[in-house]
Amino acid sequence: MTEQPKVSAQRLTKKFGDLLVLNDVSFDIKKGEFVCLVGPTGCGKTTFLNLLVKLTEPTSGNVLIDGVPADPQKHNMSFVFQEPSTFPWLTVEDNIKFNLEIKKIEKQEIQKRTEHILEMIGLTEQRNAYPGQLSVSAEQRIVIGRSFAMYPDLLLMDEPYGQMDIKLRYYLEDAVLKLWRETESTIIFITHNIEEAVYLSQRCLIMTPKPTTIKASIENPLPYPRNVSAPEFIKLREQITDMIKWW
Amino acid sequence: MYNEKTRSVGMKVFLNVSGLLMFFGIWELVVALGLISEKKLVAPSAIFMTFIDKLTNVVPDGNTIIVHTLTSLELVLIGFVLSCLIGVPLGLLMGFFKPANRFFTPIFEIIRPIPPLAWIPIVIVVLGIGIQAEAFIIFVAAFVPCVINSYTGIQATSKTLLDVAKTAGASKTQLFFKVGIPSALPMVFTGIKISFGSAWATLVAAEMIASTVGLGFMIQQGRNAVRPDIVLLGMSVIGLIGAALTGLLSILEKKALPWRNLK
Ligand SMILES: Nc1ncnc2c1ncn2[C@@H]1O[C@H](COP(=O)(O)OP(=O)(O)OP(=O)(O)O)[C@@H](O)[C@H]1O
Ligand SMILES: [Mg+2]
Repeated sequence: MTEQPKVSAQRLTKKFGDLLVLNDVSFDIKKGEFVCLVGPTGCGKTTFLNLLVKLTEPTSGNVLIDGVPADPQKHNMSFVFQEPSTFPWLTVEDNIKFNLEIKKIEKQEIQKRTEHILEMIGLTEQRNAYPGQLSVSAEQRIVIGRSFAMYPDLLLMDEPYGQMDIKLRYYLEDAVLKLWRETESTIIFITHNIEEAVYLSQRCLIMTPKPTTIKASIENPLPYPRNVSAPEFIKLREQITDMIKWW
Repeated sequence: MYNEKTRSVGMKVFLNVSGLLMFFGIWELVVALGLISEKKLVAPSAIFMTFIDKLTNVVPDGNTIIVHTLTSLELVLIGFVLSCLIGVPLGLLMGFFKPANRFFTPIFEIIRPIPPLAWIPIVIVVLGIGIQAEAFIIFVAAFVPCVINSYTGIQATSKTLLDVAKTAGASKTQLFFKVGIPSALPMVFTGIKISFGSAWATLVAAEMIASTVGLGFMIQQGRNAVRPDIVLLGMSVIGLIGAALTGLLSILEKKALPWRNLK
């Protein structure tokens, strides 16, 4: 008997009016797997995540979490959206607590996690600032911290590190790997950066547009922590880059 | 300290004050030079003298300026506070929950175009002459902007922020209180300020309902007694208090919404 997949897309099709965005897409993601979704802009990556968490309904087909349709009240999942999503009226600290308070987690536990997260995203000193007072990158770190604080079973990240400088990006890539190891969560991570995809994931799902289908699913067996200048790493990166050159 | 900030603050105050001085100066001059007869337009200095006089003198309208002012304030505050207490929650509910929207919108859209003054005859019949009737007229005037701004404000809630809360498992009620209301607050405050303006501006009309005290009544009496100084005194007090209270509301708004205008 095979283990039930964490996420299962079954013949998923989505149209917006006449625009066919996803065409009969099927795949499974195992429990605890770290998957990167790579595809050209406008190919439906965000749409797929929205379908997964039931922010939109599919035209046909199904997408299931733990074998059932997503239910945010039961599933412990978290979504880092592509567009800025801090709550401008809450301080940095209260932004981080937001999801935990929705989940009605115990006060002491909330405080403990918040301290830890503030430390991780390097905003302990700015805890009482409002997002509007911070840089775009700091705002994005709040969003990432808010998601991590939930210790989610399923973490969805839509181009989370696009706004970061290289140093911060490397740091946060390691942070998401650490969280993944510690919480054994399943992660779906969207990125346009092939190096990032190869550095992070156990598997890359490559999407091609018009209409979108999964062109390839490439396993990445390299052990963690990965070395971006190792020959095997570069080979894999080139292989994936070659596949998507023809978009 | 001389820096950019104090300099611009100083400049602001200077412009504010010189604008006022010019306005009152020209007014004073026009009368002093006899361009307009003193019988028609009273100079600011004369209005001020009438003000001093009316602190103790009850002629011709039966009360001192203090009593008139306090009565009017009380009246406006009752109408205004009631309109906020009812209008803001109503607008928020209508803007956030579709069934509430469908239920209330038709009624509201019919009531909305009726000018507050058109209510006067029916209100006198139903509520009689007195403070209830007057407060009701003010309530009607203040109610509409409260509802409209709260409604528009909460409808403009960012979809992404709602999605953040939704995917974290927020219930519809949590979405309303934790996302909808806070993001509507700036618009709600704007609505409250507009409401206050409408309420205060409707004062004179409301006090035409056979009242015997209040700034509106004082203006009426001044007119009957051919005392332009009293008419202008009433107008001035209405203007000054209106401006002061609007300023107070703005200060409250800044305190309540510390996250606004940070950059
Ligand atoms: N609500 C919507 N209504 C109509 N069309 C939509 C809607 N949402 C997305 N689309 C369209 O669906 C297509 C896929 O959009 P989506 O945002 O999923 O792409 P993406 O892969 O996330 O792109 P990017 O890499 O730029 O973020 C686009 O052509 C977009 O215009
Ligand atoms: Mg996208």
